[in-house]
Amino acid sequence: MSVVTNTTTIGAIDAPSRRNTELMMMGFAIAISVFAYANVGLAIDGKLPSGMFGYGAGLILLGGVAHLVVRKFAPYADPLLLPLATLLNGLGLVLIWRLDQSQRLIQRAEYLYGEYSPDAPKQLLYSAIGVAFFVAVLVILKDHRILQRYTYISMAVALVLLILPMFFPAVNGAKIWISLGPFTIQPGEFAKILIAVFFSGYLMVKRDALALASRRFMGMYLPRGRDLGPIITIWALSILILVFETDLGTSLLFFGLFVVMLYVATERTSWIVFGLLMSAVGAVGVASFEPHVQSRVNAWLDPFAKATMEQSDQIAQSLMAFGSGGTLGTGLGQGHSDLIMFAANADFILSTVAEELGLAGMMAILLIYGLIVERGVRTALAARDPFGKLLAIGLSGAFAIQIFVVAGGVMGLIPLSGMTMPFLAYGGSSVLANWALIAILIRISDTARRPAPAPAPSPDAEMTQVVRP
Amino acid sequence: MSELTLTVMRLGFLAVLWLFVIVAVQVIRSDLFGTRVTQRGSRRTANDARPPQARQNAAAPPQQRQQPGRQRRGAPTKLVVSEGSLTGTTVALQGQTITLGRAHDSTIVLDDDYASSRHARIYPDRDGQWIVEDLGSTNGTYLDRTRLTTPTPVPLGAPIRIGKTVIELRK
Repeated sequence: MSVVTNTTTIGAIDAPSRRNTELMMMGFAIAISVFAYANVGLAIDGKLPSGMFGYGAGLILLGGVAHLVVRKFAPYADPLLLPLATLLNGLGLVLIWRLDQSQRLIQRAEYLYGEYSPDAPKQLLYSAIGVAFFVAVLVILKDHRILQRYTYISMAVALVLLILPMFFPAVNGAKIWISLGPFTIQPGEFAKILIAVFFSGYLMVKRDALALASRRFMGMYLPRGRDLGPIITIWALSILILVFETDLGTSLLFFGLFVVMLYVATERTSWIVFGLLMSAVGAVGVASFEPHVQSRVNAWLDPFAKATMEQSDQIAQSLMAFGSGGTLGTGLGQGHSDLIMFAANADFILSTVAEELGLAGMMAILLIYGLIVERGVRTALAARDPFGKLLAIGLSGAFAIQIFVVAGGVMGLIPLSGMTMPFLAYGGSSVLANWALIAILIRISDTARRPAPAPAPSPDAEMTQVVRP
Repeated sequence: MSELTLTVMRLGFLAVLWLFVIVAVQVIRSDLFGTRVTQRGSRRTANDARPPQARQNAAAPPQQRQQPGRQRRGAPTKLVVSEGSLTGTTVALQGQTITLGRAHDSTIVLDDDYASSRHARIYPDRDGQWIVEDLGSTNGTYLDRTRLTTPTPVPLGAPIRIGKTVIELRK
């Protein structure tokens, strides 16, 4: 007789909810933020800042509410997304508060506007609204597949949001804001979520046509002419955005997101090749006649030129900040990144990170962003429905492209655009939209990691007939 | 505030920041759940009554390990259904366990009233010899004309009968 041992049972482990890990990481994230706050205070004033306990209590309140809501409404969600976002938001608050202490920025504001109001309390308020948004999305959105019903509505709303800023006056050369009474809103931030919803709903239905109907040519699948329709439409739209709103960031985000999702949906490399070619053609074409884009490109190519410095020395100052930071940085509160002056705490907040935390801190921050994107992609891999997969990829792709566009612009890798670093930078729309984005990712990951329900009794469970001799 | 304190705080902050990243990566590492592989041994052998130790001792008879590769030469490469509603179906043998039965998660789902939900399985042992084992089916599994009571090596081309279905291993 032979009994064999190399037989194995492969079974799914009961998925742990991992909420306690999340709580531990939340505590860690908040502790780091409070430490950073103390660090800034000690460096600038030589004593612990008076607002430290208020700030810490505020963060603990926001983080605690967010954590409890996740515990209640998305118990199997990914344990890292929330702590990572909380850490970035907390560090962003510290950096904005640190720039509020800068005498240079205070004098500049008093000179330009006659009064000065610190940005950190406003950002704390925005963060509170952002977390409220996060809670609302988690409570209202019981299942991400509901979003699939609004595929074309979200397209229409996203288009309106993208087109609206054209009718409002340009702020600093780019038309990406709309003003409603006392508020100014950057609709592009919200549009990116809606665009991801639309693309995933659309590609889920159309991906077979886009993937299968193609000819092979030189090792690449060439799509049929009529299947090029969607990508050309999106391309034309993003070029229009570039021309009329003169905003490279939104345009790049919009088109790049479509190419990423097209690639993920169809697994055809040719779409990436097409996308890169089309965006290169479009960018070069527009840069050759649009003066605002042209000046941005010139500032990128030669940030220290006399003509550039006369117009704006932002990029030059930012590069100097990166350089003076070195490997380990000057220490929080001890840099001179406030020399950037305009938008030092918004688009250019990464320069402060680079100067005061150095290359080491910069890498850590970029890794934290990378981890958020990684958890998003992991969620997409684990999701069981194609819409959820595409939506998770779309949202994390939008997040990644935005980080690339902003960080690249600040470092002088690509021309500067008017987008902000998610969570870190000052700005209400950005904080609100990104908290909503994280909430949707958490909702998808909760569905994806939830243990599968017990299978329904199968029709083959009926009795086996017995052979009667 | 002294220069030393500030330097310590500066480096300390970087260290804490990196510690956070490392802890986060550790969380991801411990989060890589999916499947758990457990050794099961052979549960439904005819000698189920024996204590587990005895079964483990019997698990690897020495004579099977002595000549590895001997059976490799004539090793079957596919499993073919030669009678029954699935006639003509082939499954490539790549060292995986093949389960047969009416249950939907079987490798070969039998549409056969005389087959049980989990009827039999065919798997390679350590030497690559293919073994057929009846999983306690109602009507039994037959190798040629004999009803199986223990896991039995399958010779090339020998018909395995399950209900109205006949399968065999081929090169």
